[in-house]
Amino acid sequence: MNTGDPTGGIQVLSDRSDQVWTKGSGKAFVCDKKSAAGSVTQRACAFCGSRVVLYPIADALHIVHGPIGCAVYNWDIRGALSSGPQLHRNSFSTDLAEKEVVFGGEKKLKASLIELIDYYKPKAAFVYSTCIVGVIGDDVEAICKVVTKETGIDVIPVDSPGFKGTKRSGYQAACEAAYRLVGTGSTENLGKYTINLMGEFNIAGEAWMIRRYFEQIGIEVVATITGDGRVDDLRRCHGAKLNLVQCSGSMTHLAKLLKDEHGIPMQRVSFFGFEDTARAIYAAAEFFGDPEIMRKAQELVRSEIAKFAPQIRDYKKKLKGKKAALYVGGAFKAFSLVLALRALGMKTVLAGTQTGSAEDYEQLKEICDEGTVIVDDSNPLELAKFVIEKDVDLFIGGVKERPVAYKLGVAFCDHNHERKIPLAGFEGMLSFAEEVAASVLSPVWKFVPRREALAVAAFEEARKGEGK
Amino acid sequence: MISGMEHKNPDLFTVSGVRVQGAPPEAATRNACKLCSPLGAAMVFNGIRGCLPFLHGSQGCATYIRRYMISHFREPVDIASSSFTEDDAIFGGARNFENGVENVIAQYSPECVGVATTCLSETIGENMIGMIKDFQKNHADKGPPLIHVSTPAYTGTHSDGYYAAIREVVAAFAEPCKERDVTRVNILPAMMSCEDLRHLRELCTIYGLEATVLPDYSTRLEGSSWGEYNRIPPGGTSIDEIKSMGDAAATIEFGHLVANRIDSAGMLLEKRSGSRRHALGWPIGIKLSDQLFTSLAIVSGKRMPESIAFDRGRVVDAYVDAHKYVSGKKAVVYGEPDLVIGLASFLSEIGIRPVVCATGSKGKGWKDLIASEIEGGMEDVLALSGADHAKIAEAAREVKPDLLLGSSKGYPLARELNVPLVRIGFPIHDRFGGQRQLSVGYRGTLALFDRLVNAVMESKQEDSKTGYSYL
Repeated sequence: MNTGDPTGGIQVLSDRSDQVWTKGSGKAFVCDKKSAAGSVTQRACAFCGSRVVLYPIADALHIVHGPIGCAVYNWDIRGALSSGPQLHRNSFSTDLAEKEVVFGGEKKLKASLIELIDYYKPKAAFVYSTCIVGVIGDDVEAICKVVTKETGIDVIPVDSPGFKGTKRSGYQAACEAAYRLVGTGSTENLGKYTINLMGEFNIAGEAWMIRRYFEQIGIEVVATITGDGRVDDLRRCHGAKLNLVQCSGSMTHLAKLLKDEHGIPMQRVSFFGFEDTARAIYAAAEFFGDPEIMRKAQELVRSEIAKFAPQIRDYKKKLKGKKAALYVGGAFKAFSLVLALRALGMKTVLAGTQTGSAEDYEQLKEICDEGTVIVDDSNPLELAKFVIEKDVDLFIGGVKERPVAYKLGVAFCDHNHERKIPLAGFEGMLSFAEEVAASVLSPVWKFVPRREALAVAAFEEARKGEGK
Repeated sequence: MISGMEHKNPDLFTVSGVRVQGAPPEAATRNACKLCSPLGAAMVFNGIRGCLPFLHGSQGCATYIRRYMISHFREPVDIASSSFTEDDAIFGGARNFENGVENVIAQYSPECVGVATTCLSETIGENMIGMIKDFQKNHADKGPPLIHVSTPAYTGTHSDGYYAAIREVVAAFAEPCKERDVTRVNILPAMMSCEDLRHLRELCTIYGLEATVLPDYSTRLEGSSWGEYNRIPPGGTSIDEIKSMGDAAATIEFGHLVANRIDSAGMLLEKRSGSRRHALGWPIGIKLSDQLFTSLAIVSGKRMPESIAFDRGRVVDAYVDAHKYVSGKKAVVYGEPDLVIGLASFLSEIGIRPVVCATGSKGKGWKDLIASEIEGGMEDVLALSGADHAKIAEAAREVKPDLLLGSSKGYPLARELNVPLVRIGFPIHDRFGGQRQLSVGYRGTLALFDRLVNAVMESKQEDSKTGYSYL
């Protein structure tokens, strides 16, 4: 059916019309609410949220208590690297069968934990509750206590049944679980200038790059939470003087606990793009107020930007004027991406996130241009609608957004946790530019139907002009 | 950095980088070799024209399954959910269900909605049939039909969900025979690639038969580039076609496990309409393909066409040409039960011993099913059911195979053992074109055989000090 409207007249569901906003429209905007049933949200569930946050702690055992699906769909799908243990890359599950659903899964959980701990010798264990466990009422906390006593390692329940709120509630459950380790280790031998890097997941080794920047200017990183995470680092992370929170959606709760209980201030930062990376480094340097650190920071930023700026300039020449759409997990990242795209000469015409907070969106709205569409908790139909209407050249998102872009003949850049290319920091900005250019400038787009249609329209327009 | 450890299978080391010791854990599943049953149902619903899958439960299930299918097919896969909250888990999700289906209708205008349950909705005892009836009553029976399949993930695997969904679709729509059409045949495939489904249809055409393939996701999950947005991608078997399946001359139903069931979709069609069922194995290799072509000959009343006889001849010729490169080799095969049985049959006819035949499904008589398809006895063959990848790896370390056959999930083991992995089945998410792989019939056997022989030769070449270019 060709209606002449390539979106087929897709309408935003009335249940969520206040979650779609256009800059300059003056309309109200709502976020942070649960997904409308049947909306085909791109979000997962509370379980997913908790699992995403904690699993990069590489020397802990992570076991999913429930039937198999929940565990199997996230077996080693993410790009968080470890500099040592690889235990987190396994998928352990109690794989509950009907019998256990009826009679309870406590016995199986206990046996599983004892055997796995004995075999893999982890430093701690996390037990993730799934929907089923939330319903059948296994006393996970009690089992964890017993196993802690029997094995001598901390076995920590993560209260994350899928139905329990949104993905954000899962983040909160993860922070609560991680916090149980905080304060249990010695903070002796920690230097004067110390920070924790929070909400950094070490995708493709990004935490290592960022850690190097700080070490270079004389700041010690106590813990990277949770990418390349270690149980012992969590135990003593309360000894740091400052928390830099990158993925604010996932880590704000833990940072708040550290602030309230241990008096450690937090700052939201981002390491995507030159501007934000520099700003983050300066923020830390300023915090410690040591002119020597500030001098080193300035030197680092200057030399790093000098190293990569010429190549970025070349890409900018080629990408100037292209239009981008982005749909990512958290809004703070979206904010950085708008700036990074601007640095490449590109304009963001659609920006959205799965789990942004009101505060995040305020900032996002501010930096976007007039006419930019902002969406919260969107779905494939809406994303397709705006991709077509705004005639975008590039989509930035994750695996679930990729086919929406590709089907419509739009370039794509993967910017979620499954990617295997580091995009953070100064050198990350270069890989970002490379990846964007590799897709946007590919010759394949001239074959896609959308381009043909645009060419025909342009031809018709030109012919009409001649006729006058 | 613990030296060398990062190249090894993560299931093999303690957190301090020491090789694990002692009795392997038994209670927990370590790296599952199965997926959950709603995924199988979602696959089937993607093979029905205009059908939108809908999972009744938490939204994570739908999102996870979408993500998983997208990474294999690289196509849009929209699955709706009733997005349970805590209240729904306590008081029931009827309101969410109704609201969710309304939203789906508003957004997608589906021709039908495929409703599958999840662990959660099954456990709290949702009355799906009642809810569907209520929905239809409240909407004056004007909405699209709703198909329901029960898929609690704590019983069975994706494979069970797949067959159950086909059965429910047939049960819901297929009508008794009105007028027997001897030129029509029903194909009930196993969870095969898009190319396999296309090939099965093409084979029927060559025999002068028009096939109703259920499900047929071959267009929907491997389509062309779009100029306008298709809310539900084109392709699939229409409800009208399904209604008239009873008119077909016969039904060809694939899979050893299904063959043994008295309540399979094929059996149901036979009982309801007299359309005779041919229960066949997954047609990989000459022997199992021969059975398919025999069935096609019986149904159509035609002898094997020359072109197909030629295809068969080419397979035999290829087997002979390359036999020395594979003869006596040992393989580890894992995945969906029916696929593993098919592969075991194929391997044993080319002289490869399928020394480990593993599936994550639990089923009685697994060893017997394997034994029925391989030659030379079972003495050196380990038939593992209810296995996970850690168990498969333990068995593989003992037998030191020359190659692995199965999904991308065998990669850590292939890397550890430094042997080739011939990717087949679902999911294939570390290579392109899993959906375009042909593996069924003579032509599929030939394609699979080439992939396999070349994998062995490539590894021989890679391992050679000289680096021969003329093997």
